[in-house]
Amino acid sequence: MSIKAEHLNYIYSLGTAYEKQALKDVSFEILQGQFVGVIGHTGSGKSTLIQHLNGLVPATSGKLYYEGKNIYDEGYDMRALRGQVGLVFQYPEHQLFEVDVLTDVCFGPKNQGLSPEECEKRAREALELVGFPEKYYKQSPFDLSGGQKRRVAIAGVLAMNPKVLVLDEPTAGLDPRGRDEILDQVAYLHRETDMTVILVSHSMEDIAKYVERIIVMNQGEKMYDGSPKEVFAHYKELEAVGLAAPQVTYILNALAEKGMNIKTDAITITEAADEIMRNFDD
Amino acid sequence: MGIIQTEKLTFEYAKHDEEGNVIGMNRAIDEVTLDIDPGSFVAILGHNGSGKSTLAKHINAILVPTEGTMWVNGRDTKDPMELWNVRQSAGMVFQNPDNQIIGTVVEEDVGFGPENLGVPTEDIWKRVEDSLKAVGMIEYRSHSPNKLSGGQKQRVAIAGVIAMHPKCIVLDEPTAMLDPNGRKEVLRTVQELREKEKVTVILITHYMEEVIDADHVFVMDEGHVVMEGTPREIFGCVDELKKYRLDVPQVTMLADELKKRGLDIPNGILRTEELVEALCQLKQNT
Repeated sequence: MSIKAEHLNYIYSLGTAYEKQALKDVSFEILQGQFVGVIGHTGSGKSTLIQHLNGLVPATSGKLYYEGKNIYDEGYDMRALRGQVGLVFQYPEHQLFEVDVLTDVCFGPKNQGLSPEECEKRAREALELVGFPEKYYKQSPFDLSGGQKRRVAIAGVLAMNPKVLVLDEPTAGLDPRGRDEILDQVAYLHRETDMTVILVSHSMEDIAKYVERIIVMNQGEKMYDGSPKEVFAHYKELEAVGLAAPQVTYILNALAEKGMNIKTDAITITEAADEIMRNFDD
Repeated sequence: MGIIQTEKLTFEYAKHDEEGNVIGMNRAIDEVTLDIDPGSFVAILGHNGSGKSTLAKHINAILVPTEGTMWVNGRDTKDPMELWNVRQSAGMVFQNPDNQIIGTVVEEDVGFGPENLGVPTEDIWKRVEDSLKAVGMIEYRSHSPNKLSGGQKQRVAIAGVIAMHPKCIVLDEPTAMLDPNGRKEVLRTVQELREKEKVTVILITHYMEEVIDADHVFVMDEGHVVMEGTPREIFGCVDELKKYRLDVPQVTMLADELKKRGLDIPNGILRTEELVEALCQLKQNT
Protein backbone atom coordinates (compact mmCIF):
# COMPACT_ATOMS: atom_id res chain seq x y z
CA MET A 1 0.00 0.00 0.00
CA SER A 2 1.98 2.96 -1.21
CA ILE A 3 2.63 5.57 -3.85
CA LYS A 4 5.91 4.90 -5.59
CA ALA A 5 7.49 7.16 -8.18
CA GLU A 6 10.34 5.87 -10.30
CA HIS A 7 12.44 8.27 -12.35
CA LEU A 8 9.61 10.66 -13.12
CA ASN A 9 10.37 13.27 -15.75
CA TYR A 10 7.98 15.91 -16.95
CA ILE A 11 8.70 18.31 -19.78
CA TYR A 12 6.38 21.20 -20.65
CA SER A 13 5.70 22.19 -24.24
CA LEU A 14 7.97 19.45 -25.54
CA GLY A 15 9.51 20.31 -28.91
CA THR A 16 8.66 24.02 -28.80
CA ALA A 17 10.74 27.08 -27.95
CA TYR A 18 9.12 27.09 -24.50
CA GLU A 19 10.27 23.59 -23.62
CA LYS A 20 11.02 23.32 -19.94
CA GLN A 21 11.77 20.37 -17.72
CA ALA A 22 9.57 20.71 -14.65
CA LEU A 23 10.50 17.36 -13.09
CA LYS A 24 13.88 15.67 -13.36
CA ASP A 25 14.33 12.04 -12.43
CA VAL A 26 12.19 12.16 -9.29
CA SER A 27 11.88 8.92 -7.29
CA PHE A 28 10.34 8.24 -3.88
CA GLU A 29 7.97 5.95 -2.05
CA ILE A 30 5.26 7.19 0.29
CA LEU A 31 3.76 4.50 2.51
CA GLN A 32 0.10 4.42 3.45
CA GLY A 33 -0.53 6.50 6.56
CA GLN A 34 2.48 8.81 6.28
CA PHE A 35 2.16 12.56 6.81
CA VAL A 36 4.51 14.12 4.27
CA GLY A 37 5.34 17.77 3.66
CA VAL A 38 6.50 19.01 0.27
CA ILE A 39 8.41 22.29 0.19
CA GLY A 40 10.14 24.22 -2.57
CA HIS A 41 10.32 27.73 -3.98
CA THR A 42 7.76 28.96 -6.51
CA GLY A 43 8.46 27.11 -9.74
CA SER A 44 10.42 24.29 -8.06
CA GLY A 45 8.08 21.66 -9.46
CA LYS A 46 6.15 20.79 -6.29
CA SER A 47 2.70 21.55 -7.69
CA THR A 48 3.55 19.70 -10.91
CA LEU A 49 4.70 16.77 -8.80
CA ILE A 50 1.52 16.47 -6.78
CA GLN A 51 -0.59 16.74 -9.92
CA HIS A 52 1.11 13.57 -11.08
CA LEU A 53 -0.10 11.68 -8.02
CA ASN A 54 -3.68 11.30 -9.24
CA GLY A 55 -2.79 11.12 -12.91
CA LEU A 56 -3.96 14.66 -13.66
CA VAL A 57 -0.64 15.40 -15.33
CA PRO A 58 0.97 12.37 -17.02
CA ALA A 59 4.76 12.06 -16.76
CA THR A 60 6.83 12.45 -19.91
CA SER A 61 8.77 9.38 -18.78
CA GLY A 62 9.09 7.27 -15.66
CA LYS A 63 6.70 5.13 -13.69
CA LEU A 64 4.20 5.87 -10.96
CA TYR A 65 2.83 2.98 -8.95
CA TYR A 66 -0.26 3.26 -6.81
CA GLU A 67 -0.76 0.16 -4.66
CA GLY A 68 1.68 -1.73 -6.81
CA LYS A 69 0.15 -0.94 -10.20
CA ASN A 70 1.75 1.42 -12.71
CA ILE A 71 -0.89 4.07 -13.41
CA TYR A 72 0.54 4.62 -16.89
CA ASP A 73 -0.22 1.02 -17.94
CA GLU A 74 -2.80 0.66 -20.65
CA GLY A 75 -6.29 0.14 -19.30
CA TYR A 76 -5.47 1.49 -15.83
CA ASP A 77 -8.61 2.84 -14.17
CA MET A 78 -7.77 6.56 -13.76
CA ARG A 79 -11.25 7.33 -12.55
CA ALA A 80 -10.88 4.98 -9.62
CA LEU A 81 -7.44 6.45 -8.89
CA ARG A 82 -8.91 9.93 -8.62
CA GLY A 83 -11.39 8.67 -6.07
CA GLN A 84 -8.51 7.21 -4.04
CA VAL A 85 -6.09 10.13 -4.31
CA GLY A 86 -7.97 13.32 -3.48
CA LEU A 87 -6.35 16.56 -4.56
CA VAL A 88 -7.23 19.87 -2.91
CA PHE A 89 -5.93 22.71 -5.05
CA GLN A 90 -4.74 26.16 -3.95
CA TYR A 91 -7.64 28.43 -3.09
CA PRO A 92 -10.10 25.53 -3.43
CA GLU A 93 -12.97 27.77 -2.35
CA HIS A 94 -12.89 29.29 -5.83
CA GLN A 95 -14.26 25.99 -7.04
CA LEU A 96 -17.37 26.02 -4.86
CA PHE A 97 -20.40 26.48 -7.07
CA GLU A 98 -23.54 24.81 -5.70
CA VAL A 99 -26.59 26.45 -4.12
CA ASP A 100 -25.83 25.19 -0.63
CA VAL A 101 -22.97 23.64 1.30
CA LEU A 102 -24.37 20.11 1.49
CA THR A 103 -25.13 19.93 -2.25
CA ASP A 104 -21.66 21.18 -3.02
CA VAL A 105 -20.00 18.48 -0.96
CA CYS A 106 -22.27 15.84 -2.60
CA PHE A 107 -20.87 16.68 -6.03
CA GLY A 108 -17.84 14.35 -5.79
CA PRO A 109 -19.63 11.22 -4.60
CA LYS A 110 -22.46 11.91 -7.07
CA ASN A 111 -19.92 11.74 -9.88
CA GLN A 112 -18.65 8.46 -8.46
CA GLY A 113 -22.12 7.11 -9.25
CA LEU A 114 -23.37 6.72 -5.67
CA SER A 115 -27.05 6.90 -4.76
CA PRO A 116 -28.39 10.24 -3.48
CA GLU A 117 -28.78 8.80 0.04
CA GLU A 118 -25.21 7.51 0.06
CA CYS A 119 -23.97 10.85 -1.31
CA GLU A 120 -25.65 12.74 1.46
CA LYS A 121 -24.33 10.34 4.08
CA ARG A 122 -20.79 10.77 2.77
CA ALA A 123 -21.20 14.55 2.57
CA ARG A 124 -22.40 14.75 6.16
CA GLU A 125 -19.52 12.58 7.37
CA ALA A 126 -17.02 14.69 5.47
CA LEU A 127 -18.39 17.97 6.81
CA GLU A 128 -18.27 16.56 10.30
CA LEU A 129 -14.65 15.47 9.80
CA VAL A 130 -13.60 19.00 8.86
CA GLY A 131 -15.49 20.42 11.82
CA PHE A 132 -18.08 22.33 9.82
CA PRO A 133 -21.17 23.28 11.90
CA GLU A 134 -24.39 21.55 10.85
CA LYS A 135 -26.53 24.67 11.16
CA TYR A 136 -24.85 26.09 8.04
CA TYR A 137 -25.35 23.01 5.80
CA LYS A 138 -28.16 24.71 3.88
CA GLN A 139 -26.41 28.02 3.53
CA SER A 140 -24.91 29.23 0.26
CA PRO A 141 -21.18 28.47 0.29
CA PHE A 142 -20.55 32.00 -0.95
CA ASP A 143 -21.80 33.56 2.29
CA LEU A 144 -19.21 31.80 4.44
CA SER A 145 -15.95 33.17 5.84
CA GLY A 146 -12.69 32.31 4.10
CA GLY A 147 -11.79 29.57 6.59
CA GLN A 148 -15.25 27.98 6.46
CA LYS A 149 -15.27 28.00 2.65
CA ARG A 150 -12.00 26.19 2.66
CA ARG A 151 -13.34 23.54 5.03
CA VAL A 152 -16.26 22.96 2.67
CA ALA A 153 -13.88 22.63 -0.26
CA ILE A 154 -11.76 20.09 1.63
CA ALA A 155 -14.91 18.21 2.66
CA GLY A 156 -15.83 18.03 -1.04
CA VAL A 157 -12.70 15.96 -1.62
CA LEU A 158 -13.04 13.90 1.59
CA ALA A 159 -16.58 12.92 0.60
CA MET A 160 -15.05 10.74 -2.11
CA ASN A 161 -13.41 8.69 0.69
CA PRO A 162 -9.86 9.04 -0.57
CA LYS A 163 -7.02 7.00 0.92
CA VAL A 164 -4.59 9.77 0.13
CA LEU A 165 -5.28 13.45 0.70
CA VAL A 166 -3.08 15.92 -1.14
CA LEU A 167 -3.34 19.57 -0.06
CA ASP A 168 -1.67 22.35 -2.05
CA GLU A 169 -1.12 25.28 0.32
CA PRO A 170 -4.36 24.81 2.23
CA THR A 171 -3.74 27.76 4.56
CA ALA A 172 -2.71 30.53 2.13
CA GLY A 173 -4.59 33.73 2.95
CA LEU A 174 -6.07 32.49 6.23
CA ASP A 175 -5.61 34.25 9.57
CA PRO A 176 -3.39 32.55 12.19
CA ARG A 177 -6.27 30.86 13.98
CA GLY A 178 -7.76 29.73 10.67
CA ARG A 179 -4.38 28.24 9.75
CA ASP A 180 -4.15 26.29 13.01
CA GLU A 181 -7.75 25.10 12.80
CA ILE A 182 -7.42 23.71 9.28
CA LEU A 183 -4.10 22.00 9.97
CA ASP A 184 -5.21 20.64 13.36
CA GLN A 185 -8.23 19.17 11.60
CA VAL A 186 -6.03 17.61 8.93
CA ALA A 187 -3.77 16.16 11.65
CA TYR A 188 -6.85 14.77 13.38
CA LEU A 189 -8.03 13.14 10.15
CA HIS A 190 -4.61 11.65 9.68
CA ARG A 191 -4.59 10.19 13.20
CA GLU A 192 -8.13 8.87 13.10
CA THR A 193 -8.33 7.38 9.62
CA ASP A 194 -4.86 6.15 8.61
CA MET A 195 -5.14 8.42 5.62
CA THR A 196 -1.92 9.38 3.84
CA VAL A 197 -1.58 13.17 3.89
CA ILE A 198 0.67 15.11 1.54
CA LEU A 199 0.91 18.77 2.47
CA VAL A 200 2.45 21.44 0.25
CA SER A 201 3.23 24.60 2.19
CA HIS A 202 5.38 27.72 2.18
CA SER A 203 5.22 27.93 5.96
CA MET A 204 8.24 26.16 7.43
CA GLU A 205 6.77 26.54 10.93
CA ASP A 206 3.62 24.67 9.88
CA ILE A 207 5.61 21.96 8.16
CA ALA A 208 7.82 21.54 11.23
CA LYS A 209 4.82 21.28 13.52
CA TYR A 210 2.82 18.69 11.61
CA VAL A 211 4.66 16.39 9.23
CA GLU A 212 6.87 13.35 9.86
CA ARG A 213 8.77 13.55 6.59
CA ILE A 214 9.74 16.36 4.22
CA ILE A 215 10.46 16.18 0.51
CA VAL A 216 12.29 19.28 -0.72
CA MET A 217 11.99 20.15 -4.40
CA ASN A 218 14.44 22.41 -6.20
CA GLN A 219 14.44 23.15 -9.91
CA GLY A 220 12.47 20.03 -10.68
CA GLU A 221 14.69 17.72 -8.66
CA LYS A 222 14.28 16.10 -5.30
CA MET A 223 16.86 17.87 -3.14
CA TYR A 224 16.24 16.33 0.28
CA ASP A 225 13.95 13.64 1.61
CA GLY A 226 13.95 12.96 5.33
CA SER A 227 12.59 13.76 8.78
CA PRO A 228 12.01 17.45 9.57
CA LYS A 229 15.05 17.44 11.87
CA GLU A 230 17.27 16.03 9.14
CA VAL A 231 15.99 18.40 6.49
CA PHE A 232 16.04 21.60 8.56
CA ALA A 233 19.61 20.84 9.67
CA HIS A 234 20.47 21.94 6.12
CA TYR A 235 19.00 25.39 6.74
CA LYS A 236 21.83 27.17 4.96
CA GLU A 237 21.38 25.07 1.83
CA LEU A 238 17.62 25.60 2.05
CA GLU A 239 18.11 29.35 2.13
CA ALA A 240 20.29 29.17 -0.94
CA VAL A 241 17.33 27.73 -2.85
CA GLY A 242 14.77 30.26 -1.63
CA LEU A 243 13.52 28.37 1.41
CA ALA A 244 14.15 28.71 5.11
CA ALA A 245 13.95 26.83 8.39
CA PRO A 246 11.53 27.58 11.25
CA GLN A 247 12.54 30.62 13.28
CA VAL A 248 13.54 28.47 16.29
CA THR A 249 16.23 26.76 14.20
CA TYR A 250 17.92 30.12 13.73
CA ILE A 251 17.70 30.95 17.41
CA LEU A 252 19.29 27.64 18.46
CA ASN A 253 22.05 27.96 15.91
CA ALA A 254 22.81 31.50 17.06
CA LEU A 255 22.98 30.31 20.67
CA ALA A 256 25.32 27.46 19.75
CA GLU A 257 27.54 29.92 17.91
CA LYS A 258 27.74 32.03 21.05
CA GLY A 259 29.20 29.03 22.79
CA MET A 260 26.14 27.71 24.57
CA ASN A 261 26.03 23.95 24.91
CA ILE A 262 23.00 23.33 22.75
CA LYS A 263 21.77 20.82 20.20
CA THR A 264 20.40 22.67 17.19
CA ASP A 265 17.93 20.13 15.84
CA ALA A 266 14.80 21.23 17.70
CA ILE A 267 12.16 22.51 15.29
CA THR A 268 9.15 23.32 17.45
CA ILE A 269 8.78 25.80 20.29
CA THR A 270 8.40 23.15 22.98
CA GLU A 271 11.48 21.26 21.82
CA ALA A 272 13.49 24.46 21.62
CA ALA A 273 12.39 25.54 25.10
CA ASP A 274 13.38 22.10 26.50
CA GLU A 275 16.80 22.37 24.89
CA ILE A 276 17.42 25.92 26.13
CA MET A 277 16.27 25.08 29.67
CA ARG A 278 18.89 22.30 29.89
CA ASN A 279 21.44 25.11 29.98
CA PHE A 280 19.83 26.74 32.96
CA ASP A 281 18.51 23.86 35.03
CA ASP A 282 21.82 22.75 36.48
CA MET B 1 -3.16 66.54 9.83
CA GLY B 2 -2.02 63.03 8.94
CA ILE B 3 -1.67 61.67 5.46
CA ILE B 4 -4.62 59.43 6.17
CA GLN B 5 -7.26 60.46 8.60
CA THR B 6 -10.70 59.12 9.37
CA GLU B 7 -13.50 60.45 11.50
CA LYS B 8 -16.04 57.83 12.63
CA LEU B 9 -15.65 56.03 9.34
CA THR B 10 -18.46 53.52 8.90
CA PHE B 11 -19.19 51.20 6.00
CA GLU B 12 -22.45 49.32 5.77
CA TYR B 13 -23.72 47.08 3.04
CA ALA B 14 -27.01 45.33 2.49
CA LYS B 15 -27.30 41.55 2.77
CA HIS B 16 -29.55 39.94 0.19
CA ASP B 17 -31.45 36.65 0.15
CA GLU B 18 -31.65 34.36 -2.90
CA GLU B 19 -34.36 36.48 -4.57
CA GLY B 20 -32.29 39.62 -4.12
CA ASN B 21 -34.41 41.11 -1.33
CA VAL B 22 -32.61 43.05 1.34
CA ILE B 23 -32.62 41.02 4.56
CA GLY B 24 -30.47 43.23 6.72
CA MET B 25 -27.48 45.48 6.94
CA ASN B 26 -23.93 44.49 7.74
CA ARG B 27 -21.48 46.91 9.31
CA ALA B 28 -18.05 45.98 7.97
CA ILE B 29 -16.48 49.05 9.58
CA ASP B 30 -17.97 50.68 12.62
CA GLU B 31 -16.97 54.24 13.52
CA VAL B 32 -13.24 53.95 13.06
CA THR B 33 -11.25 57.09 13.83
CA LEU B 34 -7.55 57.11 13.11
CA ASP B 35 -4.72 59.33 12.04
CA ILE B 36 -1.61 58.16 10.20
CA ASP B 37 1.57 60.26 10.09
CA PRO B 38 3.21 60.93 6.74
CA GLY B 39 6.20 58.67 6.10
CA SER B 40 5.29 56.13 8.76
CA PHE B 41 5.05 52.37 8.41
CA VAL B 42 1.71 51.17 9.68
CA ALA B 43 0.53 47.57 9.90
CA ILE B 44 -3.07 46.42 10.14
CA LEU B 45 -3.79 43.00 11.62
CA GLY B 46 -7.09 41.23 11.98
CA HIS B 47 -8.70 37.87 11.25
CA ASN B 48 -10.49 37.06 7.99
CA GLY B 49 -13.63 39.17 7.93
CA SER B 50 -12.47 41.67 10.58
CA GLY B 51 -12.85 44.62 8.20
CA LYS B 52 -9.20 45.36 7.47
CA SER B 53 -9.40 44.93 3.69
CA THR B 54 -12.60 46.96 3.59
CA LEU B 55 -10.78 49.73 5.43
CA ALA B 56 -7.87 49.49 2.99
CA LYS B 57 -10.20 49.85 0.03
CA HIS B 58 -11.38 53.16 1.45
CA ILE B 59 -7.87 54.57 1.27
CA ASN B 60 -7.93 54.83 -2.50
CA ALA B 61 -11.67 55.29 -2.80
CA ILE B 62 -12.55 51.86 -4.21
CA LEU B 63 -15.12 52.11 -1.43
CA VAL B 64 -16.39 55.31 0.17
CA PRO B 65 -17.80 55.60 3.70
CA THR B 66 -21.55 55.23 4.15
CA GLU B 67 -21.15 57.40 7.26
CA GLY B 68 -18.23 59.40 8.59
CA THR B 69 -15.31 60.68 6.57
CA MET B 70 -11.95 59.62 5.23
CA TRP B 71 -9.35 62.12 4.13
CA VAL B 72 -6.36 61.09 2.06
CA ASN B 73 -3.71 63.75 1.85
CA GLY B 74 -6.34 66.17 3.11
CA ARG B 75 -8.91 65.31 0.44
CA ASP B 76 -12.31 63.87 1.24
CA THR B 77 -12.63 60.55 -0.60
CA LYS B 78 -16.41 60.97 -0.86
CA ASP B 79 -16.01 63.98 -3.16
CA PRO B 80 -16.19 62.70 -6.78
CA MET B 81 -14.13 65.69 -7.93
CA GLU B 82 -11.23 64.48 -5.77
CA LEU B 83 -11.27 60.88 -6.98
CA TRP B 84 -8.20 61.15 -9.21
CA ASN B 85 -6.26 63.11 -6.62
CA VAL B 86 -7.07 60.51 -4.00
CA ARG B 87 -6.05 57.63 -6.26
CA GLN B 88 -2.83 59.37 -7.17
CA SER B 89 -2.04 59.95 -3.52
CA ALA B 90 -2.65 56.36 -2.47
CA GLY B 91 -1.76 53.32 -4.55
CA MET B 92 -2.72 49.73 -3.79
CA VAL B 93 -1.00 46.37 -4.17
CA PHE B 94 -3.15 43.26 -3.82
CA GLN B 95 -2.61 39.66 -2.79
CA ASN B 96 -2.49 37.85 -6.10
CA PRO B 97 0.41 38.93 -8.32
CA ASP B 98 -1.25 37.45 -11.40
CA ASN B 99 -4.37 39.61 -11.11
CA GLN B 100 -2.69 42.99 -11.22
CA ILE B 101 -0.13 42.78 -13.99
CA ILE B 102 -1.53 43.72 -17.38
CA GLY B 103 1.44 44.61 -19.58
CA THR B 104 3.19 42.07 -21.82
CA VAL B 105 6.56 43.62 -20.97
CA VAL B 106 7.61 44.66 -17.46
CA GLU B 107 8.33 48.31 -18.31
CA GLU B 108 5.02 48.72 -20.16
CA ASP B 109 3.20 47.45 -17.13
CA VAL B 110 4.96 49.92 -14.85
CA GLY B 111 4.30 52.76 -17.33
CA PHE B 112 0.57 52.12 -17.42
CA GLY B 113 -0.23 54.15 -14.29
CA PRO B 114 1.68 57.34 -15.15
CA GLU B 115 0.39 57.14 -18.73
CA ASN B 116 -3.16 57.17 -17.41
CA LEU B 117 -2.31 60.21 -15.31
CA GLY B 118 -1.34 62.05 -18.51
CA VAL B 119 2.36 62.25 -17.68
CA PRO B 120 4.43 63.32 -20.75
CA THR B 121 6.13 60.40 -22.52
CA GLU B 122 9.73 61.22 -21.58
CA ASP B 123 8.77 61.61 -17.97
CA ILE B 124 7.01 58.26 -18.09
CA TRP B 125 10.25 56.57 -19.16
CA LYS B 126 12.12 58.31 -16.38
CA ARG B 127 9.54 57.27 -13.82
CA VAL B 128 9.51 53.68 -15.07
CA GLU B 129 13.26 53.52 -14.80
CA ASP B 130 13.34 55.05 -11.33
CA SER B 131 10.57 52.82 -10.02
CA LEU B 132 12.11 49.63 -11.38
CA LYS B 133 15.41 50.63 -9.81
CA ALA B 134 13.71 51.31 -6.51
CA VAL B 135 12.32 47.76 -6.38
CA GLY B 136 15.50 46.20 -7.76
CA MET B 137 13.90 44.97 -10.97
CA ILE B 138 15.59 47.20 -13.55
CA GLU B 139 17.43 44.31 -15.22
CA TYR B 140 14.07 42.72 -15.99
CA ARG B 141 12.63 45.80 -17.71
CA SER B 142 12.26 44.15 -21.12
CA HIS B 143 11.16 40.74 -19.78
CA SER B 144 7.71 39.25 -19.97
CA PRO B 145 6.00 39.34 -16.55
CA ASN B 146 4.79 35.74 -17.08
CA LYS B 147 8.26 34.36 -16.56
CA LEU B 148 8.88 36.09 -13.23
CA SER B 149 8.61 34.49 -9.80
CA GLY B 150 5.80 35.52 -7.44
CA GLY B 151 8.06 37.84 -5.43
CA GLN B 152 9.35 39.48 -8.60
CA LYS B 153 5.81 40.00 -9.90
CA GLN B 154 4.82 41.68 -6.65
CA ARG B 155 7.85 43.96 -6.92
CA VAL B 156 6.76 44.91 -10.44
CA ALA B 157 3.27 45.63 -9.10
CA ILE B 158 4.84 47.85 -6.41
CA ALA B 159 6.92 49.63 -9.06
CA GLY B 160 3.70 50.24 -11.02
CA VAL B 161 2.26 51.97 -7.99
CA ILE B 162 5.29 54.09 -7.13
CA ALA B 163 5.61 55.21 -10.76
CA MET B 164 2.48 57.23 -10.01
CA HIS B 165 4.42 59.05 -7.28
CA PRO B 166 1.92 58.34 -4.52
CA LYS B 167 2.28 59.69 -1.01
CA CYS B 168 1.11 56.42 0.39
CA ILE B 169 1.11 52.77 -0.64
CA VAL B 170 -1.36 50.24 0.71
CA LEU B 171 -0.37 46.56 0.52
CA ASP B 172 -3.20 44.12 1.13
CA GLU B 173 -1.61 40.76 2.02
CA PRO B 174 1.10 41.13 -0.62
CA THR B 175 2.99 38.03 0.54
CA ALA B 176 0.16 35.56 1.11
CA MET B 177 0.93 33.61 -2.05
CA LEU B 178 4.72 33.79 -1.95
CA ASP B 179 7.47 31.40 -0.88
CA PRO B 180 9.84 32.43 1.95
CA ASN B 181 12.27 34.11 -0.44
CA GLY B 182 9.52 36.00 -2.26
CA ARG B 183 8.21 37.17 1.10
CA LYS B 184 11.65 38.47 2.07
CA GLU B 185 12.09 40.24 -1.29
CA VAL B 186 8.80 42.08 -0.97
CA LEU B 187 9.41 43.13 2.62
CA ARG B 188 12.90 44.36 1.87
CA THR B 189 11.49 46.40 -1.01
CA VAL B 190 8.83 47.91 1.22
CA GLN B 191 11.45 48.89 3.81
CA GLU B 192 13.65 50.53 1.21
CA LEU B 193 10.76 52.49 -0.26
CA ARG B 194 10.01 53.88 3.08
CA GLU B 195 13.59 54.83 3.82
CA LYS B 196 14.55 56.22 0.41
CA GLU B 197 11.29 57.53 -1.03
CA LYS B 198 9.66 58.51 2.28
CA VAL B 199 6.42 56.91 1.18
CA THR B 200 3.85 56.12 3.86
CA VAL B 201 3.39 52.34 3.94
CA ILE B 202 0.26 50.57 5.11
CA LEU B 203 0.71 46.82 5.29
CA ILE B 204 -2.09 44.35 5.84
CA THR B 205 -0.89 40.87 6.65
CA HIS B 206 -1.53 37.58 8.43
CA TYR B 207 2.17 36.98 9.03
CA MET B 208 3.08 38.38 12.42
CA GLU B 209 6.84 38.41 11.71
CA GLU B 210 6.24 40.95 8.93
CA VAL B 211 5.08 43.73 11.21
CA ILE B 212 7.90 43.83 13.76
CA ASP B 213 9.50 46.80 11.98
CA ALA B 214 6.30 48.82 11.80
CA ASP B 215 6.04 52.15 13.64
CA HIS B 216 2.48 51.50 14.61
CA VAL B 217 0.13 48.52 14.56
CA PHE B 218 -3.66 48.52 14.43
CA VAL B 219 -5.61 45.38 15.28
CA MET B 220 -9.12 45.14 13.88
CA ASP B 221 -12.02 42.97 14.98
CA GLU B 222 -15.68 43.14 13.95
CA GLY B 223 -15.12 46.44 12.17
CA HIS B 224 -13.49 48.13 15.17
CA VAL B 225 -9.92 49.02 15.98
CA VAL B 226 -9.49 46.97 19.16
CA MET B 227 -5.77 47.39 19.83
CA GLU B 228 -3.15 49.84 18.71
CA GLY B 229 0.45 50.53 19.62
CA THR B 230 4.01 49.69 18.74
CA PRO B 231 4.81 46.09 17.72
CA ARG B 232 6.44 45.58 21.12
CA GLU B 233 3.30 46.72 22.94
CA ILE B 234 0.99 44.68 20.73
CA PHE B 235 2.99 41.45 20.79
CA GLY B 236 3.37 41.79 24.54
CA CYS B 237 -0.31 40.82 24.75
CA VAL B 238 -0.20 37.20 23.59
CA ASP B 239 -3.51 36.18 25.13
CA GLU B 240 -5.43 39.16 23.85
CA LEU B 241 -4.11 38.63 20.33
CA LYS B 242 -5.17 34.98 20.44
CA LYS B 243 -8.65 36.11 21.38
CA TYR B 244 -8.75 38.02 18.09
CA ARG B 245 -7.62 34.88 16.18
CA LEU B 246 -4.12 36.27 15.79
CA ASP B 247 -0.73 35.16 16.94
CA VAL B 248 2.77 36.42 17.80
CA PRO B 249 6.05 35.76 15.99
CA GLN B 250 7.62 32.39 16.83
CA VAL B 251 10.52 34.01 18.66
CA THR B 252 8.10 35.95 20.89
CA MET B 253 6.25 32.73 21.62
CA LEU B 254 9.50 30.96 22.56
CA ALA B 255 10.48 33.87 24.83
CA ASP B 256 7.06 33.65 26.45
CA GLU B 257 7.42 29.90 26.97
CA LEU B 258 10.88 30.32 28.55
CA LYS B 259 9.52 32.98 30.85
CA LYS B 260 6.74 30.64 31.93
CA ARG B 261 9.41 28.08 32.75
CA GLY B 262 11.08 30.57 35.08
CA LEU B 263 13.74 32.34 33.03
CA ASP B 264 14.10 36.05 33.62
CA ILE B 265 13.58 37.34 30.09
CA PRO B 266 12.40 40.88 29.25
CA ASN B 267 8.93 41.43 27.83
CA GLY B 268 8.15 42.02 24.17
CA ILE B 269 11.00 40.21 22.43
CA LEU B 270 10.49 40.46 18.66
CA ARG B 271 13.75 39.46 17.04
CA THR B 272 16.03 36.43 17.09
CA GLU B 273 19.01 38.60 18.08
CA GLU B 274 17.14 40.04 21.07
CA LEU B 275 16.34 36.62 22.48
CA VAL B 276 19.85 35.32 21.86
CA GLU B 277 21.31 38.32 23.65
CA ALA B 278 18.95 38.02 26.60
CA LEU B 279 19.78 34.34 27.00
CA CYS B 280 23.53 34.91 26.74
CA GLN B 281 23.40 37.58 29.43
CA LEU B 282 21.35 35.35 31.65
CA LYS B 283 23.88 32.56 31.16
CA GLN B 284 26.75 34.86 32.11
CA ASN B 285 25.03 35.91 35.29
CA THR B 286 24.45 32.35 36.48
